[in-house]
Amino acid sequence: MTAERRISIECQRYNPEQDTEPHYQTYEVPFTDDMSVLQGLQYIKDHLDGSLTFRWSCRMAICGSCGIMINGVPSLGCHTFLRDLVSQGKVRVEPLTHFPIQRDLAIDQTDFLRKLESVKPYIIPAKDVTPADGAYRQTPLQIDEYYQFSECINCLLCYAACPQYGLNPQFTGPAALTLLHRYNADSRDAGTAERMAIINGENGVWGCTLVSYCSEVCPKHVDPARAINQNKINSTKDYFLRFISPRGADKG
Amino acid sequence: MTAPKRSNKPIFWALFGGGGMLSALIGPALVLVTGLLVPLGLGFGPQSMNYEQVHALMTSPLLKLALVVVISLFLFHGFHRLYHTLHDLGVHITPGIKALCHGLAALGTLVAIALVVSIH
Amino acid sequence: MTAKRTYMRPMTNWWQRLPFYKRYLWREATCFGVIAYALVLLTGLWRLSQGAEAFTAWRAALASPLSLLIHVAILAAFVFHSWTWFEVMPKTMPFIRVGGKRVADDTIVRSGVTAAVVATVVVLVLAAWGLK
Repeated sequence: MTAERRISIECQRYNPEQDTEPHYQTYEVPFTDDMSVLQGLQYIKDHLDGSLTFRWSCRMAICGSCGIMINGVPSLGCHTFLRDLVSQGKVRVEPLTHFPIQRDLAIDQTDFLRKLESVKPYIIPAKDVTPADGAYRQTPLQIDEYYQFSECINCLLCYAACPQYGLNPQFTGPAALTLLHRYNADSRDAGTAERMAIINGENGVWGCTLVSYCSEVCPKHVDPARAINQNKINSTKDYFLRFISPRGADKG
Repeated sequence: MTAPKRSNKPIFWALFGGGGMLSALIGPALVLVTGLLVPLGLGFGPQSMNYEQVHALMTSPLLKLALVVVISLFLFHGFHRLYHTLHDLGVHITPGIKALCHGLAALGTLVAIALVVSIH
Repeated sequence: MTAKRTYMRPMTNWWQRLPFYKRYLWREATCFGVIAYALVLLTGLWRLSQGAEAFTAWRAALASPLSLLIHVAILAAFVFHSWTWFEVMPKTMPFIRVGGKRVADDTIVRSGVTAAVVATVVVLVLAAWGLK
């Protein structure tokens, strides 16, 4: 009979009703090869400390709820396995950086949600298109232009990865700017002009310095760094061509 | 919510990008030749890059333009990245600091132009 | 329901948290090398405009141990800048397709590095010819 393996999971704790600042608490967790860090946290909550607070839902890297820092790396708890962390000795779990901590591992995503709304993340149809025109048609090539950028699960690992967001919370940030690009790049959408103001601002694409750690940590391989930096060229074109283009009504 | 103000970054980013591409392509070779190979006499004789040779080369309008472009784009690239690096290190970047950085790059450009014009 | 007090962690020494961040800052720090070399060229140009004696003195100073050491550092900066520049180049470009298939990022990076190698050879050849 194989001996039960144990691993130390050190969790950052913060109780807003009692604490002035966070502290750490370590738990010894028995684990098997198939257990994720999320399951480790669930073991703690179920058997060791019911007060440990964390978000989770699907357990399969599609809902985006369980984003946490694991040994300093923005990760999905359900997508990271305890067996792979044994070589690092300890598992240190903290809430996603650059966000206010609500309690333990739960962060306040209000800022992100506000930015998500601000980029107009929906198809803005051309003015002369009506339902009578029937369904849109897209070639595989047209779909390929935006599809990977539509895979975002809003897990916020990219915001935790982005030091520019950490240094400047006004920065629109990776996921929001990627979703903006996703709609601009969709052939069904005619709303690029309406979204240019966000792209062109200091906190739009110009807040990005291509650290590109966002693209490194993204669990769905969306590549937000690419979505943002493609638009630096678009923004530059828009900046210089606005004097030439007859459509330029943007006075910004 | 009022629309965000348009940033003037594109101008300087274009210069940063041009300088970055130029320095990435020919920078290492230039540094190698002028800073190491020629002074050390590796593959180059003791008269390489002496006054007569360089002066003769620099009477060419094409080379004058090339040198000004290299100096200017390297400066615009470097100073743009410099204040961003300072920002990353926690220094608060005011419009004044940005203006100083771009101003120094512009100054270097003007000095380079004035100097090449003065060489006959 | 009253909002509870949230806690915001400071950004001090953020770049020390991960090797990825440190590498990023080294990449950004190459700007010092680029500026330094531009100033070296500018100084040489200035000395040239002052005449034979001034330029010859500057040329001799290039061979000093201090200058050689500084140029080794500058060269390292340029090489790392060049490498990392092409590393991120694919991110700044829209998707490129050849024959209907997307060109991989790796291919774009390799093309850029190849271009730099070719450019290096060209500069060396021109230098060998022009500075004989």
